[in-house]
Amino acid sequence: MLNRLGLIAALALGTATAALAQDATPKDGGKLVFTAPYGNSITSLDITATPHTQDEIVAKAINRSLYKWNPESGKPELDLAGTVEKSADGKTYTYKLREATFHNGDKLDADDVIWSYNRLADPKKALPGAEQMLQIAGVAEFQAGKADHISGLKKIDDRTIEITFINLADPGWNLMSNYAPIYSKDYPEDQLASKPNGLGPFKLANYVAGSKVELEKFDGYYEKGKPHLDKLDIMLMGEASARDVAFRNAEIDTNVLGPVQYEAYSQDPALKDHILEVAEVYTRNIGFNPKVEAFKDKRVRQAINYAINKDLIVEKLLKNKAYPAVSWLPISSPAFDKDAKPYAYDPEKAKELLKEAGFETGLKFSVTATSNESWGLPIVEAIIPMLAKVGVTVTTDPVESSVLSDKILSDNFDAFIWSNSSGPDPLKYLNCFYSKTSQTACNYVKFNNADFDKLIEQAGNETDPAKQNDLLRQANNLLQDEAPVWFFNYNKAVMAYQPWVHGLKPNGAELAIQDYEDIWIDDSAPASRK
Amino acid sequence: MSRFIFRRTLQMIPTLLAVVLIIFVIFSVVPGSFISSLMSEGRNATNADVMAHLNEQFGLDKPLPVRLWDYLWGLAHFDLGISYRTREPVWNVIEPRLWPSIKLALAAMGFAAAVGIPLGFLAALKPGSVLDTGTMMLAVSGLSVPEFWLGLLLMYVFALQLGLLPSFGYQPGGIRYIILPAIALGVSPMALLARTTRAGVLDVMNADFVRTARAKGLTEPRLVRSHVTRNVLVLILTTLGLQIGSLMGQAIVIEKLFSWPGIGSLLVDSVSARDIPVVQGTVIVIVLWFLVINMLVDIAYAMIDPRIKVA
Repeated sequence: MLNRLGLIAALALGTATAALAQDATPKDGGKLVFTAPYGNSITSLDITATPHTQDEIVAKAINRSLYKWNPESGKPELDLAGTVEKSADGKTYTYKLREATFHNGDKLDADDVIWSYNRLADPKKALPGAEQMLQIAGVAEFQAGKADHISGLKKIDDRTIEITFINLADPGWNLMSNYAPIYSKDYPEDQLASKPNGLGPFKLANYVAGSKVELEKFDGYYEKGKPHLDKLDIMLMGEASARDVAFRNAEIDTNVLGPVQYEAYSQDPALKDHILEVAEVYTRNIGFNPKVEAFKDKRVRQAINYAINKDLIVEKLLKNKAYPAVSWLPISSPAFDKDAKPYAYDPEKAKELLKEAGFETGLKFSVTATSNESWGLPIVEAIIPMLAKVGVTVTTDPVESSVLSDKILSDNFDAFIWSNSSGPDPLKYLNCFYSKTSQTACNYVKFNNADFDKLIEQAGNETDPAKQNDLLRQANNLLQDEAPVWFFNYNKAVMAYQPWVHGLKPNGAELAIQDYEDIWIDDSAPASRK
Repeated sequence: MSRFIFRRTLQMIPTLLAVVLIIFVIFSVVPGSFISSLMSEGRNATNADVMAHLNEQFGLDKPLPVRLWDYLWGLAHFDLGISYRTREPVWNVIEPRLWPSIKLALAAMGFAAAVGIPLGFLAALKPGSVLDTGTMMLAVSGLSVPEFWLGLLLMYVFALQLGLLPSFGYQPGGIRYIILPAIALGVSPMALLARTTRAGVLDVMNADFVRTARAKGLTEPRLVRSHVTRNVLVLILTTLGLQIGSLMGQAIVIEKLFSWPGIGSLLVDSVSARDIPVVQGTVIVIVLWFLVINMLVDIAYAMIDPRIKVA
């Protein structure tokens, strides 16, 4: 299994490398027709007001944050700041801002950063991106109404800002978020949703609600020589079959693929050489609610992991568009343990464990699931006969996506199947199993383990990145042994692209979110792209 | 006539009120909320404090009767409320989607009428012929074929294979973009119109006054032109009115498939996001469209056939 995982990961990287290798000499000009595949509508062009990936795909072209995600190194890096200095105690960072211009001509300065972060954290605004601000000192007091500004933000001069954090964690993980962009303090706030004004490489040209977002090159973008494209059209296309026809007809330049399309494209000689795939930081799982008596027993949870042949499901149902899961953290996580072995398919072992736990027969529970083809009802239906073989009866509780989260947040479930963010920051996402993290925050299975808590606390206070990583790796392995969930798979995101498109990156955080400023098209592109 | 329009306009109010109440109650009892929809992507992007503030901001923490009263009060002042998702006035969310929807409905109906009515006439004038059988087979197929499948088929043939038309998208002035979605949406009403027209024409052709006219030596073309057409027109108009009235609401699948920015796809997205003010506003617009079209059809009746009075 591990060899297979390694091979898959290597192949994924190989594909990505092949895609990148041809990107030697970027050419300027032309238009890219990109697709936003997660539903049709954009909620808002002000990304701070929405937590949806569909909106983030557009926001990434328009806005910039203090940090950005580097898909190649798998780490956050400075974006709007040129340099940073860290204080001796490791909690205060002094950033020198780049020279950058907003789309309306305003120049970036320290006040913009302070204004943007104060606005984001303001409880009266109720902005979903507020979560990214919680690490900054003084946010708690500001949100509680005990302060009128965030004390951890200090302007040194127009181009220098000092930010104090409450812990030693790398602030880049939160401040790189597309949900935490820097806006101009002088721009009317009520226009951000319809006429965005960012620091990104493209500015809004035209927005047809429910259909497309047309963007054009921003000549004042701070990275000299970029973006390469003159125009970027982001088509809002939720229907996979429609995307398929449009892609084959060369009306769109990229197409995010589902399992069935992945198989078809991989076997089509005309398409198979232009597929970008990456292990995304999402873990698909079945979460067990400990209010079901049987799930309090670790042996039962382990038994379920042993009883299900996830390799078979990944191969047959998901057409290999997934990586079988080992524990919570995905393959691309820095704290993923390459030596850890996933639960093997072993029904006899499952029966033994269930017998030891006193649930040899009679264990019955329902799984709340959406209709999602990759992590919903079809998967539950596949595991029903597997679990029946070891004496476990599973029923389904079908719901739509907003009801799934509603049921989980109100603790109204036996078990659920979901796809949850598990990166890129390993500390943040392992914190979802910390006993003090509430069920409504993200500890959906109310996991409570003293040893795990200790490791997380130690990791949170560890300044040496290598040591911190080791602690997180141990915590992740402990999680695997405790099995608060059935570890199903890590998503393999797949994007097909036209042969004339270059510069796409294997972004494990979300493949559909690209560094558009690095993308270019060559002379073989059709006339409609020139 | 003005009294008729005034009376019909007043009659719309209880209908709309009933729709508003039903939608409000339904979405108050179904599971899932706007707040839970924010979490649907499993990204933990929304913390508990933000949720509480959002609930407060949108008045979702108030009891149901209070929320209903607030909504009705706003409605009485032509205020559809604020969208939970976009935080803009609901009308600002609906308005850009309205014209594309109307255009699609009119284009679909134009296609349905242009093809369905002549086909129905021709079939009725040659009953039992190959043309009649073929037309009726086409009509049955048109009524039974799923719109989604038909849309995909049209995309495949006309965009991918023949390269004649774009497979999806929307351009305000681009006629090429509306052809495929309009056909996909218009096939079902076209089939219904063909069947209705055929039945109506056959009925009139067998009527006593037509026999009399024929006995008096009236030629067939003139008979059809001056007697049959006028009498069948009311039946056609009724079918047309009902179909065009309901097309805007029926276009959801087609709008989604072709990335057409109409209010059908807005309705689906708003239901998924539990953006109740937009759901209500969109339903009100769809119902209003249906009621206004029907009123216009009633007025047209009187213009076609003086025996029908509107007042």
